[in-house]
Amino acid sequence: MEPITTITSTSIPIMKDNIDTDQLIPKQFLKNILKVGYGHHLFFDWRYDKDGKPNPDFILNKPERQGAEILVAGDNFGCGSSREHAVWALKDYGFKVVIAGGFSDIFYMNSTKNGFLAIKLPLDQRKILAAAPADAKITVDLPNQEVRYDGHRFAFAIDPLWKHKFINGLDDIAITMQYEDQIEAYEAKMPQF
Amino acid sequence: MSQTMFDKIWDQHVITGKEGDPQLIYVDLHLLHEVTSPQAFEGLRENHRKVRRTDKTFATMDHNVPTKDIFNIKDEISRKQIDTLAKNAKEFGVRLAGMGDEDQGIIHVIGPQLGLTQPGMVIVCGDSHTATHGAFGSIAFGIGTSEVEHVLATQTIWQTKPKTMGIHVHGKLPKGVYAKDIIMGLIAREGVSFGTGYAAEFYGDTIERMSMEERMTLSNMAIEGGAKIGAMRPDQTTFDYVAGRKYAPKNMAKAIEYWKQFYTDDESAFDRVIDFDVSDLAPFVSWGTNPGMAVPIDQPFPEIKNEDDQKAYDYVGLEPGQTAPEIPIEFAFFGSCTNGRLSDLKIAASVLKGHHIAPQVTALVVPGSRTVKEQAEKLGIDKIFKDAGCDWREPGCSACLGMNPDQVPAGVHCASTSNRNFEGRQGAGSRTHLASPAMVAAAAINGHFVDIRKAGVA
Repeated sequence: MEPITTITSTSIPIMKDNIDTDQLIPKQFLKNILKVGYGHHLFFDWRYDKDGKPNPDFILNKPERQGAEILVAGDNFGCGSSREHAVWALKDYGFKVVIAGGFSDIFYMNSTKNGFLAIKLPLDQRKILAAAPADAKITVDLPNQEVRYDGHRFAFAIDPLWKHKFINGLDDIAITMQYEDQIEAYEAKMPQF
Repeated sequence: MSQTMFDKIWDQHVITGKEGDPQLIYVDLHLLHEVTSPQAFEGLRENHRKVRRTDKTFATMDHNVPTKDIFNIKDEISRKQIDTLAKNAKEFGVRLAGMGDEDQGIIHVIGPQLGLTQPGMVIVCGDSHTATHGAFGSIAFGIGTSEVEHVLATQTIWQTKPKTMGIHVHGKLPKGVYAKDIIMGLIAREGVSFGTGYAAEFYGDTIERMSMEERMTLSNMAIEGGAKIGAMRPDQTTFDYVAGRKYAPKNMAKAIEYWKQFYTDDESAFDRVIDFDVSDLAPFVSWGTNPGMAVPIDQPFPEIKNEDDQKAYDYVGLEPGQTAPEIPIEFAFFGSCTNGRLSDLKIAASVLKGHHIAPQVTALVVPGSRTVKEQAEKLGIDKIFKDAGCDWREPGCSACLGMNPDQVPAGVHCASTSNRNFEGRQGAGSRTHLASPAMVAAAAINGHFVDIRKAGVA
């Protein structure tokens, strides 16, 4: 996993609430057996018309919004299906951070496994970020747990364990295998019937 | 201090870590399907890791499988995903109910049916509807593919203990109103994220009277209210259901003795309690693009309160003030991990018996598993569906999410026994209306929803 510390980038606001993982990546793109190659299909149904041509009104297609690494969204982001493909698609597109009002529990856990930062901020702060012009840069500072933009400083919370993993780009399984003796001890005392 | 059932099961499974921090939790049962597992096995292979406990792992194929001509998968990419699971299961020694196997079916239907799902367990699967297994008094929740890899390698998972919510469901369910209506009514009232961050437990006299299949319908859709866990206390109904199944405990008496310790001491143990009286509940129908956008059959669709509502109305081609009977139904889907079990098919068949579906309606019936299909055929239920003009299919997830060829055409309104009415869920441009099997059957006959209570059936 790539370590992640401070990201300074332009942003894309999609302030809709309840953006579900079916919208992030529709089922027809879940058949790939790799973790890459989903970015082109992110927000597929909103991004392309019936003939597969880019919808010029959708913000991801606007020329001035290209290259943004920060997504600003509404409440309950990533609800619905558990598909990790949603996180892979966001990452593969080029996003490194999503700032929303809240996340579904499964989406949040998936983000922690992929070095993809999911930050929760209240609506008034997100409104300020969502109003940022296309060329304005927002800074997400993970070590200091702060989002900075245009003189504003918004603090965010993150579990220290996830933060440690993000900053050091650690592999979960390797961490867990340090507890192998305890896992074995647990297995030895499990009830049998 | 009083504890919830969830607390008791959780505490028994902690390997390391303290409450409030992420804790390492032991997993008793890991269920797999073809869509969310290929990258996990690939990760194991790259790192020369094995599946730690093949005896606690079980795989099947459900999302991609065709529901007719099952051995002839026309979609190359679907076939590759299915072949990949078969290859991975063989290489890593994982039990597999593959294509055509007598045990094959939707993972959340076969887990309970095979007796793999048991009280007191921690159960995970790379699928959000894993919440279904909570009906047995287990901690069951959906995980992502990285977590699938982690569980395969370690038989454990890192989780931060959620808060707990008690959902007190009480009252006598009126005739024509079902478990599906309870969960839809609850989500319509509380919203699609009221359960986020919580492990929910359903309890009360209504739950106690329910069969296991009804309980599973309720637990299944807990995730649509944001709760990735929706559990129920195991009782005699639970024990009777598990007994005698293929992978049930050999020593049931000992198992039951053990399972009986899992219950919530009292309501004060929950972080939050909500109350849901079902005695006046009406059948529900969803009008919009999330499961919370639903109304009782006799109520008009709501006013537009925000941009989301506007977008939803634009997408489904309906207007505020209309009612469910005004939705022109041209497709009906019977099946899914929510309502694809034998009792669901029986109820739908009882409504359809002696009737024919409306000429403009296409109806698919997709049993939740091969066993469900065979049991239904033994009872002659397939014949009732076929005589009514429905297409009787092989088991799988099918048109619930349309990863296989079973899709609802763009612009078409589908009455569906499934769980999600998201934009494009059943096919690009499809318009899904969630309801109970009885309501969907009546809608298929009439070409529009009717109030099943007044229709005098079921």
